[in-house]
Amino acid sequence: MKRSLLKVMSLVLVLVMATGALGTAVAQDDGDTLNILYWQAVSTLNPYLSGGTKDIEAASLILEPLARYDETGTLVPWLAEEIPTLENGGVSEDLTTITWTLQEGLVWSDGSPLTSEDVVFTWEYCTNDETGCNALSYFTDVTNVEAVDDLTVTVTFGLAKPFPYGPFVGAEAPIIQAAQFADCVGINAPNCTDANFGPIGTGPYVVDEFRANDVVTYTANPNYRVENQPFFSNVVFKGGGDAESAARAVLETGEADYAWNLQVLPSILTQMEEAGEGMVVSSFGTSVERIMVNQTNPDPALGDDRSLYTEDGANEHPFLTDPNVWMALSMAIDRSIIAEQLYGAAGQATCNVLPAPAIYASTNNDDCLVQDIAGANALLDDAGIVDTDGDGIREKDGVPLVILYQTSTNAVRQSTQTLVKQWWSEIGVETELRNIDSAVFFGGDPASPDTYGKFFADVEMYTNNFSGTDPESYMANWTCSEVSGPDNNWLGNNIPRYCDPAYDALVAQMAETAVLEDRAALAIDMNDMLIQAGVMIPLVHRGDVSAHSLDLEGVRMNSWDSELWNIAEWSRAQ
Amino acid sequence: MTGYIVRRLLTAIPTILVISLVIFAILELSPSDPVGNLPLTIPPEVREQIREQLGANDPFLIKYTKWLRQFLWNEPINIFEQVSGISLPGSEDRLRYISWQTRSPVVDIVIERMPQTLWVVGTAYLWSIIIAIPIGVISAYKQYSIFDNVFTFFALIGFSIPTFFTGLLFIIIFSVELKWFPSVYQTTHEVTDWNSFLFQLKQMFMPVTVLTLFFTAQLSRFTRSAMLDNLGQDYIRTARSKGVSERSVIVNHAFRNSLIPVITLIALGIPGIFQGAIITEQIFRVNGLGQYLIVAIQGGDLPVVQTLTFIFAVLIVLFNIVADVLYGLLDPRVVYK
Repeated sequence: MKRSLLKVMSLVLVLVMATGALGTAVAQDDGDTLNILYWQAVSTLNPYLSGGTKDIEAASLILEPLARYDETGTLVPWLAEEIPTLENGGVSEDLTTITWTLQEGLVWSDGSPLTSEDVVFTWEYCTNDETGCNALSYFTDVTNVEAVDDLTVTVTFGLAKPFPYGPFVGAEAPIIQAAQFADCVGINAPNCTDANFGPIGTGPYVVDEFRANDVVTYTANPNYRVENQPFFSNVVFKGGGDAESAARAVLETGEADYAWNLQVLPSILTQMEEAGEGMVVSSFGTSVERIMVNQTNPDPALGDDRSLYTEDGANEHPFLTDPNVWMALSMAIDRSIIAEQLYGAAGQATCNVLPAPAIYASTNNDDCLVQDIAGANALLDDAGIVDTDGDGIREKDGVPLVILYQTSTNAVRQSTQTLVKQWWSEIGVETELRNIDSAVFFGGDPASPDTYGKFFADVEMYTNNFSGTDPESYMANWTCSEVSGPDNNWLGNNIPRYCDPAYDALVAQMAETAVLEDRAALAIDMNDMLIQAGVMIPLVHRGDVSAHSLDLEGVRMNSWDSELWNIAEWSRAQ
Repeated sequence: MTGYIVRRLLTAIPTILVISLVIFAILELSPSDPVGNLPLTIPPEVREQIREQLGANDPFLIKYTKWLRQFLWNEPINIFEQVSGISLPGSEDRLRYISWQTRSPVVDIVIERMPQTLWVVGTAYLWSIIIAIPIGVISAYKQYSIFDNVFTFFALIGFSIPTFFTGLLFIIIFSVELKWFPSVYQTTHEVTDWNSFLFQLKQMFMPVTVLTLFFTAQLSRFTRSAMLDNLGQDYIRTARSKGVSERSVIVNHAFRNSLIPVITLIALGIPGIFQGAIITEQIFRVNGLGQYLIVAIQGGDLPVVQTLTFIFAVLIVLFNIVADVLYGLLDPRVVYK
């Protein structure tokens, strides 16, 4: 018995070793396949029904918009002949219409021609009330989309649009084929699994096989409009796992050519890069990790009036609206430590809520980049906000500076919280930390007390950004009418409950300004107002971090559009 | 016996219905939101419309009866149609249970994922049975010997080191350093010839080994204690005193009797194979049922979570019955009426 067991075991061991040794030869792929790793797996290839960036970027290999942004944030024509402007007559003088002209001879991957009817259909599809389209905000104020002829399409807005490049621009609003989706409008949208999992597009690749939440395989589109492109004949788009192992697969084992969104501790990423298989690349869009400062009182004793904004200011926060307090809180933070230690290539310290594109970035608040704990202490001392009862915590008018600081559950955020808590304790402010699961925190359940919109805390931290390059609608988030409260089910965009008629006036002015330089000046003013009123404490300008293998050429990291926007130009170095 | 089985199956039906109601109610009460993970750039009004479209705002009872109808009536008919190729009237309008994340029928994805999980977790389970039972028997027979001590040590390691650690260790050793085995499992890989079969073995090696270590640790300890129980019994002493050969004492008497609880345990563990090994699947990107469950929980995709947990519940109830029946077949002292 014993002997036979030993025999079996040694046989198994030998077998295992043999497969291992043999397999090393088979493991290498033929070099003609591009392996992309997204640790969040793709759920659907219909970007209008997607669950986020991963789906939109996977679909961007297939579906294309009329125009898109390059890596510098510049608008480039894609399916369109050129970018319509006031100068070339594409945008009407009253700023209410924009006329796009399609390139001649565009065909779908099935060989049929792409016409302006497809563009009109895309608009009808997304704006149908029952489709549940998540790019709906791209079509805000659009009253009509009309096909003038086969190659010309006119978009009409209900009001003057100084920046009319929303509809059909960028990876989130591409053109879908009318013939394929004709029966998929409205309540039928989810029943069209075949179309949603295999859209017909104009892009460099077509879907070969789609496995929801797992893997997508693509082959080159034989009808792609650029000669000799794409260079890779196959793409495997694998999902699942976590960011760290995705980074390892590119940087250490070389199994994948490209890995997306590597939110990994910078020190680990640097160490992996030393293995010499790949390199880390990053780019910066408009994401800013910021601490929102509640302007209203979140005291649980208030019951229904908790965090409720009132016009008479009766429910003002007991100490956070005092400039001395929030300035001291901001001064005590060392943003560069947070950026370097926790974000690495993915972060830069910032004092603005609107850090990019460059023409919109203010330089008026840059003092905050240097930590000044002594200055913060002096500021509070001079304002008479001192510790009167000897417990080490300062009081303002008898109210101790005790802050509830909440955010979503995420290792980097919890580390940031710990650092900030330490710095704030050095200026006599006590901080209680709390983290909430992101599906709950960012969820909109009006019954949950833990959503970021309810803001039942003194301060909360998260990242926000806007798509595209125009900040108009983003800056309009903080008007009085957007204040989050029970009348809008706590879904208003103005989370800190800031309300200043002067700010609202700037927002209204921007909606009527067409000249880019004037718009930039207005945006900078608005940014400065928000920061100098202590509505938010910006911490880190967050970038996107990806990695690609050393022999992959042509990657141009892009935070303004899909990261894979120019995948047709990617190739393997010989 | 047949009467007993029929009775057990019939009583299982109300049990399963109650379980489904409880699963549904608990998940319904959870605060997760299907649009919670969408980018913040999508405004609240749009989110509300998506929620409405998904049916996430429907009242609880409507959702529950819809699910019962779609899952227990429509889906079996669909499967029947697909298998038999016969198209029954009304198959166009028959609503299917749709996942919120993918907007496609949940059952299709479950079926698509079954093979991965069964291949990897099932193989590991088989291996662990093959390895653990002999180890357990020998360990018990030679209690406190070097063999026993060595395997007790390994069993303790297998027990106490979590799979996410062994998995990572394996990746570092075999993928990063030695570059023997891939760390990313290819679910689309098809076995067509000898080389592709070798590749399949290679990509299965790490997840299977990690899981085998874990399962073996549990099963070998259990076999050992079952065997020890029996070795101390009077009938063993009787057998030995009759002059029965030592081999026969162990194999025919002690081993057969110790198998009774072991087989029950193995049967009860089979639903676990379908559940997949959530963490191991995630580490090696095997993307089977376990990983699907995790993705669905993270994405607030209640239809998927409900369906998967319900399928697991049904399997557990069924295999409990199987275990009971096996017990009756193996142990003549147990009589079911």
